[in-house]
Amino acid sequence: MAARAGAAKPGEDVAQYALRLGDDALILAQRLGHWISRAPELEEDVALGNIALDQLGHARSFLTYAGGAWGKSEDDLAYFRREPQFRSAHLFEQPNGDFAATIARQFAAASYQFPLYRELAHSSDPMLAAIAAKAVKEVDYHLDHSTQWVLRLAGGTAESRRRMIAGLDLMWPFTGELFQDDELNHRLGAAGVLPSSLQGEFDRSTAEVFEAAELAVPASAMATGGGRHGRHSEYLGYLLAEMQVLAREYPTASW
Amino acid sequence: MSANAPDSAPTAHHWPLWEVFVRSNRGLSHVHAGSLHAPDSAMALRNARDLYTRRNEGVSIWVVPAAAITASDPDAKDSFFESPQGKDYRHATYYTKSEGVKHL
Repeated sequence: MAARAGAAKPGEDVAQYALRLGDDALILAQRLGHWISRAPELEEDVALGNIALDQLGHARSFLTYAGGAWGKSEDDLAYFRREPQFRSAHLFEQPNGDFAATIARQFAAASYQFPLYRELAHSSDPMLAAIAAKAVKEVDYHLDHSTQWVLRLAGGTAESRRRMIAGLDLMWPFTGELFQDDELNHRLGAAGVLPSSLQGEFDRSTAEVFEAAELAVPASAMATGGGRHGRHSEYLGYLLAEMQVLAREYPTASW
Repeated sequence: MSANAPDSAPTAHHWPLWEVFVRSNRGLSHVHAGSLHAPDSAMALRNARDLYTRRNEGVSIWVVPAAAITASDPDAKDSFFESPQGKDYRHATYYTKSEGVKHL
């Protein structure tokens, strides 16, 4: 669902919040899109592609809404901002790695997004609530898909288990950033969801899956983060270059 | 791992084939939509949802291991499938209905 042009103009704080959520989804969609034509099986090619499209849909809704505060379109925000202006968390820009690493990233992302959108559907901001209500059903499926793969990779061969563990060890340090609160979150109140309020459920739901998969919860120190304030890892630059090059080369082009 | 293992279990280089049947919102029966490869029935169901219900809303999906389906031989048309036209002897066409018998 794309935000309609006549939707209410969001306040600065709500717009910044929507930008964070939209950037998370946009960067994840860009990463997942790379699997198309490269996935290990045709069915997974379609599955990851579908997940990417869902995320892109959420990104479009959030960015269109956020853009309303500054008179910018979703395209302006997606294609013509530089790294320091992006507000995505580090988890989403991590490289795909092998299939297991992608599944690890997906499992973390969906385990975060599902309770986030479920709670955001009760937001005092009607537009955020509407976007979240639509998104939560799709993310429910993303979570199911990645959970099924975590179980199968962990319980498969020695090789798949090794890779699953390696993927989780790689991605888990970036989950801490997702639950950090800052001034903006506190100012938003009922319009947003306080990130730290989601940590408990995230830990519980992921622990359940790890137990079923007979995996240890990845015990690693939290990575530095800073994505919410425009400080990103070295990967975002390359990712944005690829994503934005066509629009920047031909800014007035249309399909 | 899922308890619903098909006849041919997944091997290192091969996922078994599954046939997919989808009943749409307005349909009364499941219609064959196509086939896919998946390691087990749970994944087959999810792959079927991704592959075959993208554009139309389905309400029910069945996945069946292709190995479980026995199909009639397309070459055996003549003896297996013959038109019932011209076979009056198979139908009770000369039966006269008794009067006063309802619902016959």
